Amino acid sequence: MKILVGYKRVVDYNVRIQVKPDGTGVVTDGVKLSANPFDDIALEEALRLREKGLAEEVVVVGIGPADLTAHLRNGLAMGANRAIHVSTADAVQPLTAARVLQKLVEKEQPGLVILGKQAIDDDANQTGQMLAALWDRPQATFASKVEIADGKATVTREVDAGLETIEVELPAVVTTDLRLNEPRFIKLPDIMKAKSKPIDVVELASLGVDSGDHLKTTHYAAPPKRSKGVMVKDAAELVAALRQKGLL
Amino acid sequence: MSKILVIAEHLDGTLNPSTARAVSAAAAVKPESIDVLVLAAYTGALATEAAKIEGVNRVLTVERAENAHPLAAVLAPQVARAAAGYSHVFAPSTTFGKDVMPRVAALLGVAQVSDVMSVEGTHTFKRPIYAGNAIVTVEAEPTHTVVATVRTASWPAAASGDNNAPIEALSLDVALPAHTRYVGLQSGKSDRPDLQSAGKVVSGGRGVGSKENFDIIFKLADKLGAAVGASRAAVDAGYVPSDLQVGQTGKIIAPELYMAIGISGAIQHLTGIKDAGTIVAINKDSEAPIFEVADFGLVGDLFKLIPELEQALD
Ligand SMILES: Cc1cc2nc3c(=O)[nH]c(=O)nc-3n(C[C@H](O)[C@H](O)[C@H](O)COP(=O)(O)OP(=O)(O)OC[C@H]3O[C@@H](n4cnc5c(N)ncnc54)[C@H](O)[C@@H]3O)c2cc1C
Ligand SMILES: Cc1cc2nc3c(=O)[nH]c(=O)nc-3n(C[C@H](O)[C@H](O)[C@H](O)COP(=O)(O)OP(=O)(O)OC[C@H]3O[C@@H](n4cnc5c(N)ncnc54)[C@H](O)[C@@H]3O)c2cc1C
Repeated sequence: MKILVGYKRVVDYNVRIQVKPDGTGVVTDGVKLSANPFDDIALEEALRLREKGLAEEVVVVGIGPADLTAHLRNGLAMGANRAIHVSTADAVQPLTAARVLQKLVEKEQPGLVILGKQAIDDDANQTGQMLAALWDRPQATFASKVEIADGKATVTREVDAGLETIEVELPAVVTTDLRLNEPRFIKLPDIMKAKSKPIDVVELASLGVDSGDHLKTTHYAAPPKRSKGVMVKDAAELVAALRQKGLL
Repeated sequence: MSKILVIAEHLDGTLNPSTARAVSAAAAVKPESIDVLVLAAYTGALATEAAKIEGVNRVLTVERAENAHPLAAVLAPQVARAAAGYSHVFAPSTTFGKDVMPRVAALLGVAQVSDVMSVEGTHTFKRPIYAGNAIVTVEAEPTHTVVATVRTASWPAAASGDNNAPIEALSLDVALPAHTRYVGLQSGKSDRPDLQSAGKVVSGGRGVGSKENFDIIFKLADKLGAAVGASRAAVDAGYVPSDLQVGQTGKIIAPELYMAIGISGAIQHLTGIKDAGTIVAINKDSEAPIFEVADFGLVGDLFKLIPELEQALD
């Protein structure tokens, strides 16, 4: 079985995002970029399945600008066999990303596609579900446990009501939640090894997908700030303050 | 004029309150009509409940055995078919809506607006990105059906009781896939208020230290009639189940009172409580970032302060 993994580059989760004063975007010049944490988890899961002998090949996919190469090398250093770089200068929206992934799925015929449940920049939480719809295959979103056997995946999902388990026939799309696994660290020798692993570059324009970028972002604003309140000296004062506000 | 279809969320035969919140967001579009779609194995009581929500014009039901459990692959094709004739399809941005709606959008070939915080026009919405550190205004394509999920913490539940909307059975001729099967739900069900809709929430973090120690949080919550929440660190450490996680990747909540105990206040956690009415922080570190957003801060050891708090409450 081949596993395709979405491997998106985003602003690192430790960066405090600043909105540009003119409202045209967020400041991304010079900020640290990293793999989307959910995608590191997706890749880790794929590697573990390969290590268990349940998959032969793990392919990481990135959709983004020319300088995505270094980021994809990290995925290769973590252990992916090869990478596909769908090259585009523009940021793509989830429907376009899903259509691109569908094209790759048609060509690569994976038994499993693992994506993050959301990318921490746009927090859209859409791409995996959209890909599953376009591909007409099952989706198992927000996964915290994945078991593969007999052409099926049994997936535990973190839902609002608790932990839901579903069974899906393969091929299928799985999206990862944080507790699925803890991604491994990249070791130096692996970075060296990754240099010889292949990265196929495909121009997005050459794939013949209709753009699904139907949303226009017209303005960016900083969120309303909560102001710092007061410090109380002890429990009694806290209870008095809450009573006064009618909260107790 | 806009016509809006709201997808009802339900579990164990009762309507989830997030449905009425999605109806509020729909009403903000000032549409000609709002219909609620109930997909279930038995729709009777659910439909009656939905019909009472103020602002609802009609309740449409699709009763099929396959709809017994909320499987996106099964529900999405039905929703996509039922969407014909509507300008907007809304669902709450709960794990249910997040799972189903992008699948609907893709079947319709349209974009989805995730987590609508405010309605600026029939096709213009505000939504959060970067864990709520930026708010964008987005315009949806005017010739497309607007598929959107509604950030429930931003919307009050539409009132319920006086309305009595007509209920109509819908028969949709849609083939449903058999490739996805429901196995079960392990629910952390308790008698405590539901985290997502509770007026008061007491949350514990890594500072609580262990699963056993977490009892102190549960006890305080019970005393206050509050729901219990947790930080990711507390969930990861196994103190409490995952459905109690509050934050960017957990639940986004808007209680009137939120008490963060032994929680440092990481941005990913704060994302989940931005709309809380009053935030109380108890932490032994006076420099903890949680104090930057807390309305009332109390510095000290939680194991000493909580018993004192309980005493002061008596
Ligand atoms: C600097 C910057 C500027 C931006 N400006 C805009 C803008 O003006 N307008 C706008 O609408 N959006 C903008 N975006 C957001 C960008 O277009 C989003 O990536 C896109 O909307 C998809 O949303 P998402 O990644 O949150 O999707 P999600 O559905 O949350 O992604 C889920 C998963 O899908 C996979 N995936 C998604 N995209 C990719 C990818 N490119 N490569 C590999 N895997 C992927 C990953 O596995 C990911 O975990 C900007 C992003 C950046 C970094
Ligand atoms: C992609 C991503 C998504 C995330 N999503 C979420 C999310 O949804 N929700 C979430 O919560 N986190 C999330 N996180 C994690 C987040 O970054 C923090 O790691 C987490 O919130 C920390 O939890 P905490 O405050 O309990 O622990 P810590 O940061 O370790 O803080 C513990 C606090 O307890 C205090 N303390 C210790 N002992 C005592 C005592 N005896 N009395 C009083 N105070 C005491 C300490 O002073 C400290 O401030 C996410 C992270 C990433 C990367």
